[in-house]
Amino acid sequence: MELTGAEMIVECLKAEDVEYVFGYPGGAVLHIYDAFYKQNDVKHILVRHEQGATHAADGYARSTGRPGVVLVTSGPGATNAVTGIATAYMDSIPMIVITGQVPKALIGNDAFQEVDSVGITRPVVKHNFLIEDVKDVARIFKQAFYVATTGRPGPVVIDIPKDVTVAKAEFSYPSEISMRSYNPTVKGHPGQVRRAVDIMLSAERPMIYTGGGVVLGNGSEQLRQFTRKLGYPITQTLMGLGAYPATDKQSLGMLGMHGTYEANMGMHHCDVLIAIGARFDDRVTGNLEKFCPYATIIHVDVDPASISKNVKVDVPIVGEVVQVLNEFNQALEQTERTPNASALEKWWHQINEWRSQDCLKYDRESEIIKPQFVLEKLYEITKGKAIVTSDVGQHQMFAAQYYGFDEPRRWINSGGLGTMGFGLPAAIGAQLAHPDDLVACVTGEASIQMCIQELATCRQYGLPLKIINLNNGCMGMVRQWQEFFYEKRYAMSYFESLPDFKKVAESYGHIGIKVEKPADVVPALEEAIAQKDRLVFLDFITDQEENVYPMIPSGAGLNEMILV
Amino acid sequence: MRHIISILLENESGALSRVAGLFSARAYNIESLSVAPTHDPTLSRMTLVTSGTEEVIEQISKQLNKLIDVVKLQDLTEDAHIERELMLIKVEAVREARDEVKRLVEIFRGRIIDVTETTYTIEITGNGEKLDAFMDALSSITIHEVVRSGLLGISRGTRVLS
Ligand SMILES: Cc1ncc(C[n+]2csc(CCOP(=O)(O)OP(=O)(O)O)c2C)c(N)n1
Repeated sequence: MELTGAEMIVECLKAEDVEYVFGYPGGAVLHIYDAFYKQNDVKHILVRHEQGATHAADGYARSTGRPGVVLVTSGPGATNAVTGIATAYMDSIPMIVITGQVPKALIGNDAFQEVDSVGITRPVVKHNFLIEDVKDVARIFKQAFYVATTGRPGPVVIDIPKDVTVAKAEFSYPSEISMRSYNPTVKGHPGQVRRAVDIMLSAERPMIYTGGGVVLGNGSEQLRQFTRKLGYPITQTLMGLGAYPATDKQSLGMLGMHGTYEANMGMHHCDVLIAIGARFDDRVTGNLEKFCPYATIIHVDVDPASISKNVKVDVPIVGEVVQVLNEFNQALEQTERTPNASALEKWWHQINEWRSQDCLKYDRESEIIKPQFVLEKLYEITKGKAIVTSDVGQHQMFAAQYYGFDEPRRWINSGGLGTMGFGLPAAIGAQLAHPDDLVACVTGEASIQMCIQELATCRQYGLPLKIINLNNGCMGMVRQWQEFFYEKRYAMSYFESLPDFKKVAESYGHIGIKVEKPADVVPALEEAIAQKDRLVFLDFITDQEENVYPMIPSGAGLNEMILV
Repeated sequence: MRHIISILLENESGALSRVAGLFSARAYNIESLSVAPTHDPTLSRMTLVTSGTEEVIEQISKQLNKLIDVVKLQDLTEDAHIERELMLIKVEAVREARDEVKRLVEIFRGRIIDVTETTYTIEITGNGEKLDAFMDALSSITIHEVVRSGLLGISRGTRVLS
């Protein structure tokens, strides 16, 4: 069958079972939009800014495990998408971004709306392609989806010149793909797996530390089996929350800069560390010289480059999380050996002593609304079942600390790049993917304004998001650092001229509610949730002075936390 | 320590910039880099000279391997290998310098490949040290231009990168 490049794109997306494309039109992609117009299989969601398109596709991908797809025009369309591409890249999110390009003959001529999209995006993609010949469209799409979704996932950009979208050729979508230069490792090395199991069974003070890799690799079930079988304490990174249930007694909560006292003390004192799908990020390790001084470290990761990058490990295992956990679980089934019960009892005793510090306590009697209180109540009212997206700042940390995630893919935040503006569009993607679930976007008055235009997208598609705006009237996280480390010189962290968010929401056609007293928090949340078909923007006026505790100041070790 | 990394990569536009971009983005050293297609025209062979601690070199290898265009790589410095570099030099060659330069070129087994009334253009190959030594030997001569290829490397014996 002979098709135009534009028609081929639609066919490729259909062949990949793509449900939604998030995009914004422009000159270079008009042929593609025309091809979209003539079909009903792939739905196009019109955002209000290309950054929103990428974050929405990202939220879709994080909440489903399937690749998010974006379509933007050349030049400014592509550059607006870069922040979202980088956000996805840092958190290893599978995404396909189709960028229009000026016709081939004009490339390099500083043509209208020309940028070197392949060059600009190169450092923030897993791979990118420029399609020079319409005959290559099918192969490149197949490769792009394959690369984006296998191994350590990531965004892939496909740049397509306008003339290629009009040119015609025979089309057939390949069913198989093989690339000589790309073969991600799947199974763990059997010898290393045996060694690891041997070491973990000899542990006296073990710790399991897991990250986003378990969520991305769909290894939650296997992780639960593994952790329960061993009876060891487990802590999860910001990106890993939900892979292991927060409410389980073996869970010590999040670790790292704003992690719990018990998790960080457990890390510091452990003698065997089992790291799975985590990458020893600087927000997790604190001062590397002081990191896990007594531990033999086992590290499982699908990306060999993550292993021994920041912290030298003793037993590296490259492989997919699910595979390696299955291998661990099998080995644990087969061996006669069991964990050292008496040592473990002592270790849990110690951990429970750290736990009794109750490091997440806060003033529950406050006359001003505490952000922690709002999130605790949100958790209670939604019974921990909501999909929660967040922006970046204090509210993000509070959400991670106070909303107990029991399932993976329910906590959606920009951990690696820390992109303000992520929360609202990400919630759009998550809500489209899960129309029957409650999707809440936890944000701050600074972050929400970075992509607030997407309220119009929510209106157009009738998305009943619940926006939890923790409005402390300042860039809380910046203010906190200035209080701690710059002697309260609050440079540029206070917001003048904030809008009336209630009216903003209303003018976009939504419901806005301003909440100023602690006693009104629960009724407001209940009312918002009762509005099943409407987006409700809850503007909570919260305590400006509140800080995120506990905290490890930069340069300190995990055992040197500041507590409340 | 100095390492010579030999890379087989897809002969595609953009492959070189992916490698170069990786080095600048991650603040790795590049001392020299040379690249050209191989006997299989779909592949290019790159020789890259870099330096760093063992940990850094390990990361460099892993990060290079992660690039989709990289088919295979080998750290030549781990085994017996041969290094060669090509240098072209244009020097002033008048009066007694004409003989002096000719003698030096013979000693270093180079060749004079272009001659004018006032200049010689010399071709010389060898490892980096030999080329440096030749430059030192020319210290009394006026050098107009130096072009060096960057290092090329290959394993000794039957081992091949393919
Ligand atoms: C795009 C972007 N710009 C700047 C920052 C730096 N930054 C991190 S947190 C923060 C303040 C966020 O304020 P707000 O959204 O009100 O949240 P709060 O910390 O008050 O909860 C800033 C400016 C960032 N993370 N992203």
